[in-house]
Amino acid sequence: MATIRVNGRQREVPSAPDTPLLYVLMNDLELKGPRFGCGLAQCGSCSVLIDGVETRSCVTPLRSVGSKSITTLEGLPADNPVSRAMTAEQAVQCGYCFNGMIIKATELLSKNKKPTEPQIRTAMKGHLCRCGNYPRILRAIQRAAGVVNA
Amino acid sequence: MLRREFLKAGGAIIIGFQLNAQTRTPVAGPPNANQIDTWLAIHADNTATFYVGFAELGQGNSTALLQIAAEELDLGLDQLSTINLDTHVTPNQGGTYSSASIARGGPQVRTAAAEARQALLKMASAQLGAQVDQLTVARGIVSGGGRTVTYGALIGDKQFNLAFTGNAPVKKPAEYKIVGQRPARKDTPAKVNASYAYLQHARIPGMLHARIVRPRGQRAYGAGAKIVSVNEASIQNIPGARVLRKEDFLGVVANTEWDAVKAAQQLQVTWDNTPSLPAFDKLFTQMRAEKTEDRIVLERGNLASANAAHTVTRVVRGPYQMHAPFAPNGALADVKADSALIITSSQDVYATRQQLARVLGLTQQQIRVQYAEGAGTYGHSCYDDCAQAAALLSQLAGKPVRLQFMRHDEHGWDLYGPAHIGECKATADAQGKLTSYEYHGWQHNWANVETSEQLTGVAAAERPGAAAAQVSPLNLGSMYVIPNLKLVNHKVSVQGYLRGAWLRSPLDLSFSFASEQAIDHLAFELGLDPYEFRKRNMTDVRWLGVLDAVAQAAKWTPRKPYANPSNANLVTGRGIGLGTHLQSWGAAVADIEVNKQTGKVRAKHMYGALDAGQVVNPGIVEAQITGQLVQTVSRLLLEEVKFNETGVTTLDWNSYPVLRFDECPEVTPVVVQRLTERSSGAGEETMAAASAAMANAFFDATGVRMEEYPLTPARVLAALKKK
Repeated sequence: MATIRVNGRQREVPSAPDTPLLYVLMNDLELKGPRFGCGLAQCGSCSVLIDGVETRSCVTPLRSVGSKSITTLEGLPADNPVSRAMTAEQAVQCGYCFNGMIIKATELLSKNKKPTEPQIRTAMKGHLCRCGNYPRILRAIQRAAGVVNA
Repeated sequence: MLRREFLKAGGAIIIGFQLNAQTRTPVAGPPNANQIDTWLAIHADNTATFYVGFAELGQGNSTALLQIAAEELDLGLDQLSTINLDTHVTPNQGGTYSSASIARGGPQVRTAAAEARQALLKMASAQLGAQVDQLTVARGIVSGGGRTVTYGALIGDKQFNLAFTGNAPVKKPAEYKIVGQRPARKDTPAKVNASYAYLQHARIPGMLHARIVRPRGQRAYGAGAKIVSVNEASIQNIPGARVLRKEDFLGVVANTEWDAVKAAQQLQVTWDNTPSLPAFDKLFTQMRAEKTEDRIVLERGNLASANAAHTVTRVVRGPYQMHAPFAPNGALADVKADSALIITSSQDVYATRQQLARVLGLTQQQIRVQYAEGAGTYGHSCYDDCAQAAALLSQLAGKPVRLQFMRHDEHGWDLYGPAHIGECKATADAQGKLTSYEYHGWQHNWANVETSEQLTGVAAAERPGAAAAQVSPLNLGSMYVIPNLKLVNHKVSVQGYLRGAWLRSPLDLSFSFASEQAIDHLAFELGLDPYEFRKRNMTDVRWLGVLDAVAQAAKWTPRKPYANPSNANLVTGRGIGLGTHLQSWGAAVADIEVNKQTGKVRAKHMYGALDAGQVVNPGIVEAQITGQLVQTVSRLLLEEVKFNETGVTTLDWNSYPVLRFDECPEVTPVVVQRLTERSSGAGEETMAAASAAMANAFFDATGVRMEEYPLTPARVLAALKKK
């Protein structure tokens, strides 16, 4: 048993220490935010915030997490500005990438409250969207930052 | 699904998976489509459940179809919900492909809702003591004779017991309050707050975690994957891990997911590596030289008689491309001696059930297939293969299993969109009128036996009669008035090539890359504006409508292709194109930038116009157009399945790149709304046009016609050098 801190709570998890954090969150804790996409840190569907830094949980072994604070999509406030803006812009199609999109955009806005469009594009380029909805996601992030209005 | 209903049906309880608390007792389906109760249930709380036979694949049909139902029933969209497809609950409306949800499913939903409303009004009339034609309805509250009654009070959770005749009158478009509007998608809130249950979240108590074990990257279709030896001892350090095998079908199960992943990685297998595929750089030469099955798809007039003052010939090649759903497919299976439950992201639960019956040796009635949304699939990705693999592993293990394909499984064993060779010749007279058009296309058909089934010893086979796997008259010349025309399909045998199936807008990107470049080049030879040249040769108002709509959106001004050659390294180009898939009308304009020094092409702005008849939710269709434009840019610039003689080698997002955020163009989607026309498809019909517009923009920028896509830097530099 290891103890990790997830969304502000201490959680005991049965997984072996070499288990990627993704499987711990998905299977031991039954969270629906971080999800499997590639297992190679290439796509961003498994992203979580670890001490505020966007991290690919599919290649992060449980043993490396220690006492750091893990935040998943579930741990963001229900009315967080990024999720609200994604809804307002109707940016979702299949929505599978949205865990990573929202986590990454939240990290970006925590460091840079008014990012420019090129800054958003650069920050987000490690997160793939196969439905091709980048234009609406971009607009949603701008809306969340208050860079553009509704 | 209520817990007791699952137990009654002998099925499994799915954890974290609330299918619907208001569904009916499951019986082996499909339920009788001729009964109103099959389609909807009105609940006591004055809400309704509509049982839709189309899958929500991310395209938004679960909202749009309910808009149609809400409109006819006079309910608010918030009062309606639907459930996931289930062979024991939902009607069989056919597969969710060919962009058919609204085109084919819309009329069924509409007439069923209208007929239910008619029955409800009769009940209300008796209850309220007022004539039916004196009644009004708003949000399921019927008013008449100074009193009101709700649908819920009239029939709440009881059966209509009414035959579905299809004869009830439906509303006129002029009366619509919900259809044609842009309500927010019903699935969005759950998808942004992590409460949405994707297939990847489904669990069955007592299940094992499973992975398949195959060579990395498929060999030729029909060659299978032959096991020489398996060293089961190589995973004995993983407690509980087991090797499961049936002929050449191989997998592992374990108690935890990570143990299953490790076991699949660690298991020592020797595969027969006899080469089975053409060398990558010989693919098109080999395809073109094959003995093919030839068929004239369409012929009119006489090509030889055409006035050919100007003749343009284009020979183009399109690559194999993959679906690459953002999540690899998964499936859960609980197979017993005389029953099976399978949970899958299939586009067609009934077709999946039919195949599973063959694979498992059960009857279709013994198998229950439930749909759960995975990541967008854009056609026939590995969902059937994965469902069959899960079913086989559960049967072999004697326990329920959850199978997750790894990224290399999905990339490497996909049913790829087939490669294509197109040879197009078009002529025009000196006045700029098209006089003849000839197209020859080479490609192989789709595969009909999934890999899992094949590995158990069933022979590979072609899909019979696949209409979309041949050159399409709709995309090849039909938008123009051309007196002399001939389209010939040269079908290559699927054996010896990669496994193929429908990939969003099948073959259309290749067709238009050939055809619309030929048309565009005639405009160039004639010194005409390519927009004007097209208009001059068109009479169909639907085609003219989208052409004008896109030209207007892009602020198209008269221009000749490659009119201002530039010596600069960075050049820009603008192109226009038309295209469709099986229905609807699409047009696109592309603004691109070409770096002649590096060969890098960037799409700067894509405009796409679509006429899909009556568009139920223009906001959703604009999202569809946006996705089509962006995915087309990805496919035109980056996507190409690569292989060597022993197998596919593009097994992840680095070797098979797709368009990223920083390279994404601006997009302008335009819906040409025609409320009084029949709805037609909206999920894939601007892609061909966008492909053509990009190719023509490239010529506008460089004066070079590309013969092959994707337009990678190496291919672009080679083409520029040849100029």
